[in-house]
Amino acid sequence: MPQVIGVPKETAAGEKRVATVPEVVEKLIKLGFSVKVESGAGDPANCSDESYRAAGAQIVEGAAKLWAESDIVFKVCVPTAEEAGLMHEGQTLITFIWPAQNPELMQQLAARKVTVLAIDALPRMLSRAQKMDALTSQAGVAGYRAVIEAANAFGRFFNGQITAAGKVQPAKVFIAGAGVAGLAAIGTAASLGAIVRANDTRAEVADQVVSLGGEFVKVDFEEEGGGGGGYAKVMSEGFQQAQREMYAKQAREVDIIITTALIPGKPAPRLITAEMVKSMKPGSVIVDMAAERGGNCELTEPGKSVVKHGVTIVGYTDLASRLAKQSSTLYATNLFRLTEELCKTKDGVINVNMEDDAIRGLTVVKEGAITWPPPPLKLPAPPAAKPAMPAKAPKHGEASAPASATRTAVMFGIAALAFWFVGANAPAAFLGHFTVFVLAVFVGYMVVWNVTPALHTPLMSVTNAISSIIAIGALVQIAPPIMGGAVARPESWIHWLAWVGIALTAVNMFGGFAVTQRMLEMFRK
Amino acid sequence: MTATLATASYIGATILFILSLGGLSNPETSRRGNLYGMIGMTIAVLATVSGPHVTSAGYAWIIGAMVVGGSIGLYASRVVRMTQMPELVALMHSLVGLAAMLVGFANYIDPAASAEFTGAAKSIHEMEIYIGILIGAVTFTGSVIAFGKLSGKIGGKTLLLPGRHWLNLAGLLVVIWFGREFLHAESINDGMMPLVVMTVIALLFGIHMVMAIGGADMPVVISMLNSYSGWAAAATGFMLSNDLLIVVGALVGSSGAILSYIMCRAMNRNFISVIAGGFGSDGGAPAPAGGVQPAGEVNPVLAAETAELLRESKNVIIVPGYGMAVAQAQHTVYEITKVLREKGVNVRFGIHPVAGRMPGHMNVLLAEAKVPYDIVLEMDELNEDFPDTDVAMIIGANDIVNPAAEEDPSSPIAGMPVLQVWKAKTSIVMKRSMATGYAGVDNPLFYKDNNRMLFGDAKKMLDEVLTALKA
Repeated sequence: MPQVIGVPKETAAGEKRVATVPEVVEKLIKLGFSVKVESGAGDPANCSDESYRAAGAQIVEGAAKLWAESDIVFKVCVPTAEEAGLMHEGQTLITFIWPAQNPELMQQLAARKVTVLAIDALPRMLSRAQKMDALTSQAGVAGYRAVIEAANAFGRFFNGQITAAGKVQPAKVFIAGAGVAGLAAIGTAASLGAIVRANDTRAEVADQVVSLGGEFVKVDFEEEGGGGGGYAKVMSEGFQQAQREMYAKQAREVDIIITTALIPGKPAPRLITAEMVKSMKPGSVIVDMAAERGGNCELTEPGKSVVKHGVTIVGYTDLASRLAKQSSTLYATNLFRLTEELCKTKDGVINVNMEDDAIRGLTVVKEGAITWPPPPLKLPAPPAAKPAMPAKAPKHGEASAPASATRTAVMFGIAALAFWFVGANAPAAFLGHFTVFVLAVFVGYMVVWNVTPALHTPLMSVTNAISSIIAIGALVQIAPPIMGGAVARPESWIHWLAWVGIALTAVNMFGGFAVTQRMLEMFRK
Repeated sequence: MTATLATASYIGATILFILSLGGLSNPETSRRGNLYGMIGMTIAVLATVSGPHVTSAGYAWIIGAMVVGGSIGLYASRVVRMTQMPELVALMHSLVGLAAMLVGFANYIDPAASAEFTGAAKSIHEMEIYIGILIGAVTFTGSVIAFGKLSGKIGGKTLLLPGRHWLNLAGLLVVIWFGREFLHAESINDGMMPLVVMTVIALLFGIHMVMAIGGADMPVVISMLNSYSGWAAAATGFMLSNDLLIVVGALVGSSGAILSYIMCRAMNRNFISVIAGGFGSDGGAPAPAGGVQPAGEVNPVLAAETAELLRESKNVIIVPGYGMAVAQAQHTVYEITKVLREKGVNVRFGIHPVAGRMPGHMNVLLAEAKVPYDIVLEMDELNEDFPDTDVAMIIGANDIVNPAAEEDPSSPIAGMPVLQVWKAKTSIVMKRSMATGYAGVDNPLFYKDNNRMLFGDAKKMLDEVLTALKA
């Protein structure tokens, strides 16, 4: 029995997004699910009931009916208490939850004995989680929209132009915070032709800023600001002082400031003071993307666009929603990727596998039990040592670790016995040759370890050539001086065997050295 | 030339041979090393011919044999293509093996050769003959089969007879038993039968041993046969009481043994298990038993997009494998390298020890294409550089870049050191199809998000990439 995915209409005021779009409905059905959409859910995002129906979804009238009939509910915004009240036991909810900010909601959901996957709780450092990362996809849309809002409020071109009517200076844009939203804003502003500067407390993003066409502005203070998981942390007082000076300088110079600075679990840092706003040129624009969390600018009014000291300050908190079709499509794809992970069997039934790091992180309520916060990831941080790496073999020239004492002793014991056996039984003449043999093996061992691996093929062909030394064996047989001459000697047999032996070894002797020479000639710097 | 002078010459030749191998430690000195080898060989042969064991009656015969063999050898060395080096080397090993056999037989049927030995010395002499012929015969047929497999005349698949380990054991016991018979033989004619039986068994054993070994284990097999040819020479040296032969045989033997060891280590395999053959069919259970099956989609890419990716990179590492040799693509690879280097891209080559079919195979191919050897690096030298690499291009290689070796302890190739190409920003795998590599293990690399697959014949695809790069 395939499970039903339900998509209700978003109830938050001004929310235009919808949790799935018709293109994704088709894919969900391919995974084996059936999909029900509340009538009118997609209207603000330009997805009509018709288009959902054409994609194979069922349209349901009214939220209550939809929640009642669904096994899995896809949503965008944090559910209201009312919506949570509509849930029934065994149901699964996938949406933004912000569990840290909404403890009461968590209690309420747990009481309903449901399973909740908070898309904002995704462990973002898992590379395979990227495709499900809705925070990133929505932040990217918001960053783009922030620039568009700025352009809308700004009275001039972004790009510099030389026209018949005179020269136009390009707009200067400063972007505070180069996270996903900041980078999207940098790219968008740069593509509109503006001069873009950006700053971030994490020095490692400088390259990314440059790659998108921005200029990285450094704070004149040494401190590393990475706080793990791709977020920033709170900086020291000295750093903040230097940072304020840098912002004040930028405020005087630029036309547009877009701020995106957020620190997890803390109010947004105040970066732009009223003083700085005053110092800006009239007609300048500030877009405060952190408005929802108090704003990076002192004068921001969340949710509104206001003009203060001649500067337009945009504090919209619904930037992603203002590009509803785009953000819905991306969000729907994120949820689809998550569904794929949940339903590896493609039979339309999800399995919330708590062994899977990504899914474990996402799951904040499991069948009525609160499972948030998740245990720290088992996965090592990127630079940590790999598990089960084979012991590094000694390189050429390096001494290998000494073998264990017992093993060495046993080896020496066996060797001693072997030598004693040879010494006790073999005649003197043999021992002489044997000495030469053993020493030559050691010489060969020492010499060959020094051969560079690049020359292993020439090594083989040259050893091949010199093993034609066996020709000597044939040479001494072909026409030896006959001593005594008493014994009958099968002359012609030996003669021909030796002759063939010489001919065969001559192939190696000449061919081996020649081909080695040919190869070595090719090795050039 | 007196006997003492001949011996002194042999010492000189020995030193030259050691210097010859020593010269190979560095491409700069390697050419001189080869020259030392030639001089050493010339001295050895001349000292022998003019020494007390060869009468002037043999000169014409010797020159005749040398001219015949030498011209064949020189001709072969001129016409052989660098991709065929493994075949040529295998063939040459077989000649050494065959020569050792012939010399052994000739020595045995010559009553003059053993006339001076009595008692224990005689037994030891006969044992030397027996062992010399044994090693020679195994080397001979083993190398012939290796040649057949490498040149594609015999399929690369492993041939696994039922109870093959028992067959080998039985063969060994028979050989030992006939060895006893041989030592106790009254006359040369009596000893001939056990000797011939042993030779036949050794020949069959050589065939059987190499038939059971698969294509990608060839680097080990070739090194091992290299080693055997050395031991065969050393055994002949004991038989003839000739120290030069013993020394050279020991040098070659230990060289081949070390190469085998290096190759085995590069595959994280036990020498015995390689020789026992049949990888994947009796060693470890096949992958699905416990291994995590890689899942997901592969991202195909076109030659033009590959060119685009390469053009925009700063650091590129090319990882060649046997596929490059098969497709004869090394010249195009270097053309691409040149174009990229002119654009300021840092292109390097990463060579896995067992890439190709014999040790150092890839290095020779790249050298043939005139790739400067200072940008051709070993696995250990650049494995840490992959995270800073924009594009890792894998040409016709599979198992040597398989992340399962490090990540999946249940994989049959777990623990094998591999080139960590997946750590590069993008990896591009050139492959004819999604078929698994020699080890029969699916490669999770293909499913990684940052991996792209460029399907098609390596040469053709690289030509397209080159055209796109130049455009």
